[in-house]
Amino acid sequence: MSGGFPALLRKEVLRFWKVGFQTVAAPVVSAILYLVIFSHALAAHVEAYPGVAYAQFLVPGLAMMAMLQNAFANASSSIIQSKITGNIVFILLAPIGPGEFFAAYLLAAIVRALVVGAGVVLAVAWLVPLPLPNPAWLLAFAFTGAGILGALGLLAGIWAEKFDELAAFQNFLVMPLTFLAGVFYSVESLPAFWRAASRLNPFYYAIDGFRYAFFGRSDVAPATSLAIASAAFCALSWLTLRLLRSGYKLRH
Amino acid sequence: MAIPAVEVRDASKRYGGVRALDGVSLAVEQGEFFALLGPNGAGKTTLISALGGLVRPDAGTLRVMGCDTVTEYGAARRLLGIVPQEIVFDPFFTVRETLELQSGYFGLRDNRAWIDEILERLSLAAKAGANMRALSGGMKRRVMLAQALVHRPPVLVLDEPTAGVDVELRQALWSFVRELNAAGHTIILTTHYLEEAQNLCSRIAMMKAGRIVALDSTRKLLEAFSERVLRVKLESGALPPGLAEGVSRDAAGWHCIPVGGAAQVEATLATLREAGARVAHLEVAEPELEEVFVRLMAADGRRAA
Ligand SMILES: Nc1ncnc2c1ncn2[C@@H]1O[C@H](COP(=O)(O)OP(=O)(O)OP(=O)(O)O)[C@@H](O)[C@H]1O
Ligand SMILES: [Mg+2]
Repeated sequence: MSGGFPALLRKEVLRFWKVGFQTVAAPVVSAILYLVIFSHALAAHVEAYPGVAYAQFLVPGLAMMAMLQNAFANASSSIIQSKITGNIVFILLAPIGPGEFFAAYLLAAIVRALVVGAGVVLAVAWLVPLPLPNPAWLLAFAFTGAGILGALGLLAGIWAEKFDELAAFQNFLVMPLTFLAGVFYSVESLPAFWRAASRLNPFYYAIDGFRYAFFGRSDVAPATSLAIASAAFCALSWLTLRLLRSGYKLRH
Repeated sequence: MAIPAVEVRDASKRYGGVRALDGVSLAVEQGEFFALLGPNGAGKTTLISALGGLVRPDAGTLRVMGCDTVTEYGAARRLLGIVPQEIVFDPFFTVRETLELQSGYFGLRDNRAWIDEILERLSLAAKAGANMRALSGGMKRRVMLAQALVHRPPVLVLDEPTAGVDVELRQALWSFVRELNAAGHTIILTTHYLEEAQNLCSRIAMMKAGRIVALDSTRKLLEAFSERVLRVKLESGALPPGLAEGVSRDAAGWHCIPVGGAAQVEATLATLREAGARVAHLEVAEPELEEVFVRLMAADGRRAA
């Protein structure tokens, strides 16, 4: 340990906090817009769980979706910006090891995700009743979901050499996986093929488990979801750490 | 003998077909003021980057104060400060934040007193609260020097620190770096202003196409590859045939006569007098690094090494 971890974490948190309007307020506002539009358009047609109104059903999914996307955006855009502008040398010249580098970027991504997620939930809590019988599950899934996307963001930021490569990663992998993870519907209501496909998507378990925390209901048992989401997180972290140790695309 | 400040052994690095480093070996002793010279693309920045761990050499070892830059990277990087060639900065932060974060990366919690001192010495104190974006190019370069110094590294490497820097600032920069050298810091610099290297550095390595083609004290390089020239303009008479060897005549009519030392200047003047030539003007041109550089670069790099 070099002792450089706290400073790198601080830098990463300051980086998004200084432009909080764009990195925190904007995603909260778009999540609320989704809620208003979809609950209005679909409330009459969809009942995901008996006794849970569609607007209620939407809130945890939208909050988690915002968390996932922002965790990814934080880590990936920070790394690629530093690579392209070249200021990453100041971090690479310091005695910060791969583990510390990983932990700092990951934790900052999780912090941003938690702030955005809390923002979404608090902004709509006075409109939509949210019983939240299981706050421990809420924390567990919030951290794991944000962790998966934080690690994926690191991976994408390290791999991409240009902004459009990162945009491709985001548009063709992250966006479809978040939208098709049961944010707007219960996966149980899908045709068999799509149901099976959704079950291969690790983001689905983060959202499903997160919803369990709010209503005590979910498609999959929360312990199973947490185990699968954690496994995805561990696999991505392992891969990212390996790349960092090898200096892949950072130390030429 | 003390551990060398920097020790490079057989370092090689290829980029596709380009050999950026082709078996470089080099030692810089502690306390030296050392110049790394060479034309564009010679491999200077690649060598410096390998020292800092920004580049992974394909082969060879590099050590900073005895610490291997790969296996003991933590210790090696604490002992080394590098000012990169390109101006880079993080537009999210002010000058002071930049330096506080940089200190933090080295695990230094409270570095305020030293940061204030560097800001003062680099005439940046008035800009401490300014965003990095709002600085001029020369100011950004000074912040980069400050960043390289936050952890008080014993070895400081400056990659073309004076490119695009005005005269006044350049002098201030060199007086500061000289002071650091006097205080015991080892300084390694690259520059394309050869008179800077000649004035500042006691030892010089010249690189070409990834190889070291000359490595010696500044004085010896000058003696070996450059010469003192006696320039005379004659009022009447002509050069005696005995002097003609190696003599050239420039467009303005000056004869340029290579001379070794002061004794040979006298002897040459005596020969001229005896031949009946009258000297109208006379000057002695001291050896210049530029000439050494041009000669070495014109020669086949492999043979000269
Ligand atoms: N990342 C890279 N990818 C491909 N080639 C590279 C890379 N970095 C350097 N090179 C090549 O390696 C060689 C050495 O480059 P280097 O930057 O070390 O030269 P230099 O001596 O610092 O030159 P200058 O005086 O222009 O700064 C050049 O031919 C350069 O094109
Ligand atoms: Mg260079």
